[in-house]
Amino acid sequence: MSDYKGILVVGEIYDGKIRPVTFQLVSKARELADTLNTTLSVVLLGHNIGDMAREPIYYGADKVYVMDDQIFEPYVAEVYSRALTKFIGNLKPEIVLIPATHTGREYGPRISAALETGMTADCTDLVIKNGRFVQVRPAYGGNIMGEIITPNHRPQISTVRPNVFKTREPDRSRTGEIVQVKPEFDSMKVRTFIKEIVKTTVTGAKKLDEAKIIVSGGRGVGSKEGFEKLRELADLLGGAVGASRVAVDLGWMPKSAQVGQSGITVQPDLYIACGISGTIQHIVGMKDSKVIVAINKDPNAPIFNIADYGIVGDLHEVIPIFIEEIKKIKKK
Amino acid sequence: MNILVLVKQVPDTSDVKFDERGVMIREGVQSILNVFDQFALEEALRLRQKYGGEVSVMTLAPEQAKTAVQKCLALGADKAYHISDKAFGGSDTLATSYALSLAIRKAGNFDLIMAGNQATDGDTGHIGPQVAEWLGIPHVSYVEQVLSIENGRATVKSILEDGYRIVDVELPALFACLPPTNFEYTNPSMSGIIKAKSKPYTWWKADDIDGDKSKFGLNGSPTRVLKMYPPPKRSRGTVFTGDYHDAVKKIIEALMEKKVIE
Ligand SMILES: Cc1cc2nc3c(=O)[nH]c(=O)nc-3n(C[C@H](O)[C@H](O)[C@H](O)COP(=O)(O)OP(=O)(O)OC[C@H]3O[C@@H](n4cnc5c(N)ncnc54)[C@H](O)[C@@H]3O)c2cc1C
Ligand SMILES: Nc1ncnc2c1ncn2[C@@H]1O[C@H](COP(=O)(O)O)[C@@H](O)[C@H]1O
Repeated sequence: MSDYKGILVVGEIYDGKIRPVTFQLVSKARELADTLNTTLSVVLLGHNIGDMAREPIYYGADKVYVMDDQIFEPYVAEVYSRALTKFIGNLKPEIVLIPATHTGREYGPRISAALETGMTADCTDLVIKNGRFVQVRPAYGGNIMGEIITPNHRPQISTVRPNVFKTREPDRSRTGEIVQVKPEFDSMKVRTFIKEIVKTTVTGAKKLDEAKIIVSGGRGVGSKEGFEKLRELADLLGGAVGASRVAVDLGWMPKSAQVGQSGITVQPDLYIACGISGTIQHIVGMKDSKVIVAINKDPNAPIFNIADYGIVGDLHEVIPIFIEEIKKIKKK
Repeated sequence: MNILVLVKQVPDTSDVKFDERGVMIREGVQSILNVFDQFALEEALRLRQKYGGEVSVMTLAPEQAKTAVQKCLALGADKAYHISDKAFGGSDTLATSYALSLAIRKAGNFDLIMAGNQATDGDTGHIGPQVAEWLGIPHVSYVEQVLSIENGRATVKSILEDGYRIVDVELPALFACLPPTNFEYTNPSMSGIIKAKSKPYTWWKADDIDGDKSKFGLNGSPTRVLKMYPPPKRSRGTVFTGDYHDAVKKIIEALMEKKVIE
């Protein structure tokens, strides 16, 4: 076990860019590495990565391993998990952090099975207690938190959802080592083939899981057109638009906007819930937002029990006032 | 087409409660079939109708999970495998997926294995990908629909955060399934419930599956739960009921003070 040293963050390249969650993980891992007095590496898989490989260094990485190969484009789980299993098996890090994105949650668990080691999903905090790596995660729909350790197996693998950790200010003068690695595979046969990738998010719209501010709407918004006002407010605040499941079911918003148990988990600085009642399935997806504002015409709506600020009223009147007031401030 | 669906019974998370020590209060909590698994099963039954063959279900769980398995049979699954033994107690996802993969090998040759994308209790989403790894077969997660099966390959739609992918995979493969938002779950019919009682139901103990017993249960689990505790509670904040203009101004001021908006 003592052969295993250092922390490794698996970086993700998506649409030709390093995903922000990578930098969030690197920022957190830097703290952990300093506490453990060890090194922090990042591994990037992709094709034509080029200068992008420097970026993790600005956020705290000591070393970036680059596996640049055509085989990684487009992403498929079996290729990523095989290449990473080999790489991690050789590198022997003591801790591996993987983004809990749809892709990370797909290839990640395969690595833990292949290496026969422990893995903890969707961690909301990672701490060192008495020299031990403690992984904190919710379970049972967010009703309980658990602290998980991996005492006798290495590496200890965790996945972490986007926006759980904050990104440090990048330091562009920071230097580090970039190492090109030739990917190795036990078997070259690829059985998965991507036929098509379709994007359904509105072009130009911010990604929900990367937004610091989310304006979200439910049944109370009343129509597809009603969401345009929410988008106006979101654009003004530099945020994204989310939705409850009902709003998605009714076809007012795409599935990719759904927040909650069967949608995505978000943790923005500000979550404005408009015409959302606040059922448990929705709340588990957004309750860790820093500040929650709720607008609902029903004073007894459960969303008010978790909101920091609430307005009992008609959102169709309140939102335009919000827009107006924010515009006033922007002018100043 | 031989399809296996992995299913799990879970407590209904919309009414689970924990005491202050983090121990689940079991009284009054309903156990249900994980909804993601019911979706996977209904997708499997749809494929059976289209391509023929057989649908089996498998669970690794204490005896009482039989109710959830029985529901699968009532919905139309042809037979069930229930792996149950004290030796599996305390299994984490690695130990569970290992035992399941052994049981799957023993149960026969499946063209397709379907699982839920995640179970609503642990919510790890590990089991599907890990089982696929132990079996050495490809898998796709976040599968919303199996579009077609032809010449030993399947085409599926898999959901991404910002869209979806159409993926073509060689069989045998495993799909971890996520219901579309407007999915309407079927309720078992009376005749389905009656028929379920006479369908083949196989019980296996740890000794019935071949494998490395040291990898079973708590001993075979690399992870340990150190402690459980209730999440920090959010409390009710300030709720404005009067003039909208006034309320909006006060909220914006507070948000600026907290630096969540600039
Ligand atoms: C397995 C499972 C998974 C689920 N997953 C999710 C999930 O991921 N995400 C999710 O969101 N839900 C999920 N749900 C559904 C969830 O249970 C609720 O049905 C849903 O969240 C309710 O959405 P809503 O709040 O928009 O609608 P409603 O509950 O109908 O609430 C609408 C609210 O709008 C208010 N309102 C109406 N008009 C106005 C107005 N003009 N101004 C102000 N307020 C107004 C009403 O007072 C009401 O409180 C899931 C359910 C199940 C069973
Ligand atoms: N004990 C089990 N027995 C059978 N299938 C399981 C078991 N645990 C999990 N699964 C399957 O794996 C999926 C993901 O579960 P999890 O990894 O626990 O979130 C579930 O939806 C089931 O299809």
